[in-house]
Amino acid sequence: MTIDPAQAVSSDAHASASRPLVSLRGISKVFSNGTTALQNMSMDIRQGEFISLLGPSGCGKSTVLRIIAGLGDPSSGTIEWPTSNHDASGKALPEISFVFQEPTLMPWATVFNNVWLPLRLKGISKQAARDRVLEALEMVGLEKFAEAYPRELSGGMKMRVSIARALVTRPKLLLMDEPFAALDEITRFKLNNDLLHLWEKFGWTVIFVTHSVFESVYLSNRIVVMAARPGRVVNDMAVDAPYPRDEDFRTSSIYNDYCKDASLALHSAMGANDHL
Amino acid sequence: MSTVTPATAASAESAHAPAELDEPAPVFVARDSRTEQIVKILIPTVMLAALVALWAWYVKAYEVPHYILPSPWRVAESLIKDWGTLSAALLITLKITFTALGMALVGGVGLAILMSQSRWVELALYPYAVILQVTPIVAIAPLILIYAPTTQSALLICAWLVAFFPVLSNTTQGLKSTDHNLLNLFEMYGANRWQTLIHLKLPSALPYFLAGLRIAGGLALIAAVVAEFAAGSAGAQSGLAYRLLESQFRLNIPRLFAALILLSVTGVIIFAMTSVVSHLLLRKWHESALKREN
Repeated sequence: MTIDPAQAVSSDAHASASRPLVSLRGISKVFSNGTTALQNMSMDIRQGEFISLLGPSGCGKSTVLRIIAGLGDPSSGTIEWPTSNHDASGKALPEISFVFQEPTLMPWATVFNNVWLPLRLKGISKQAARDRVLEALEMVGLEKFAEAYPRELSGGMKMRVSIARALVTRPKLLLMDEPFAALDEITRFKLNNDLLHLWEKFGWTVIFVTHSVFESVYLSNRIVVMAARPGRVVNDMAVDAPYPRDEDFRTSSIYNDYCKDASLALHSAMGANDHL
Repeated sequence: MSTVTPATAASAESAHAPAELDEPAPVFVARDSRTEQIVKILIPTVMLAALVALWAWYVKAYEVPHYILPSPWRVAESLIKDWGTLSAALLITLKITFTALGMALVGGVGLAILMSQSRWVELALYPYAVILQVTPIVAIAPLILIYAPTTQSALLICAWLVAFFPVLSNTTQGLKSTDHNLLNLFEMYGANRWQTLIHLKLPSALPYFLAGLRIAGGLALIAAVVAEFAAGSAGAQSGLAYRLLESQFRLNIPRLFAALILLSVTGVIIFAMTSVVSHLLLRKWHESALKREN
């Protein structure tokens, strides 16, 4: 029997797609002041997904993101990285990048040096990193601003630099913690579109924390709705609308339906024990 | 999947590239206008001339004896006539001031880094740094004079003790004030202690350190003078402070004024130097060195 190479490849691809990139198993986080930020959260994140964690403030969505990023350990539960490399001690070496709510740029360094940072910390010289840094800057449309300082840039441009810095390491998983929350709506829409284009082109997995129903529906193909006190998952819904999405999608009825669903899920979760 | 050639990648990028057109152009800080530059020099110069003229007029009009308040001309004359003695004394004072300042920078920054790396070191040493600072230098000077091998080294120790603390405390504060998100970022990218110190903590502590430097520069001179008063050193190795006292004993008031002016000018130059250093290091990025435009 001959094996059709095309079939072999596709079944292979299917196998890796079905294995989650990250598995959260019963993650809880209790802070030292006794607050339960997160209670028994389990979810699988599959390769190529664009997941939004949607919820009111205090629901632990940022805490999940930080735990996945390795910033702080969970109080209980485990995180598995089935497809990532592990070091000799069995510690996972996931290829992740993080975009914070603030641009979090070093004000004393030029845009180039800010984007170079992740590679610099890995010991890659400026010369060797040059092409990759400029490529990342080009992705976000800032190649002309390599020598500018962060203070010379607008809020949206600073966020782009922050995204370029996250992309320069070519991560498999991009964690974004309300990255556009502080921006005006016009800039936010624009960055939403740019982020979607890049995601479609490069096919990373994205976990995007937001408190905006509209943003989560527009961007993601899966929305995980969370509730506060204690932080937990209350709904896990798919957004089955095709990409590429553009301004037409923003005004379509399917978009509206999903927004309604997501809002309902959010409000029923908040209504249960939230009287604020 | 086919490989993306740079050309297609570029064209695909430009198709939906977030053009910077719709975002505000970067704001570059405008330079001082020409008139403002002139005004900046003109006003202080005119003010100085007016004050000297007032002084000269007062001495002449009220016939103030020169052993009470000498005229500006007598002071200038003394400055020229006694330049040999005064410049030698100035050199000594400068040597003590700058050596003490240099040692304070090395010691202050070094200890601040050490304390930022180890909580234990901080707990053990910081209280003593505070004690050394809050005890008046004039009160410790006699002891130092007994223990130090030479008067010069005693003066140096006194000046160092005073200049050291602002550098230490400011740099410590700066090292502790690093942006937490940036610290998280460095941790996430696997930065080691050394990399975090060099690439993050030290640059972000720089504005604090420079503020400490400006204070320490002035204090080093003050301490060099106060220590010399306390030590009462004399002879070839004596600095401006001793010449000042000596002129007072001999009622050579013009020379006293001349020494005083030299001290003031030295202080101003030190301040200007530290300000320039601070400006050069921060002008590109720190709020303190930027011109506000509204």
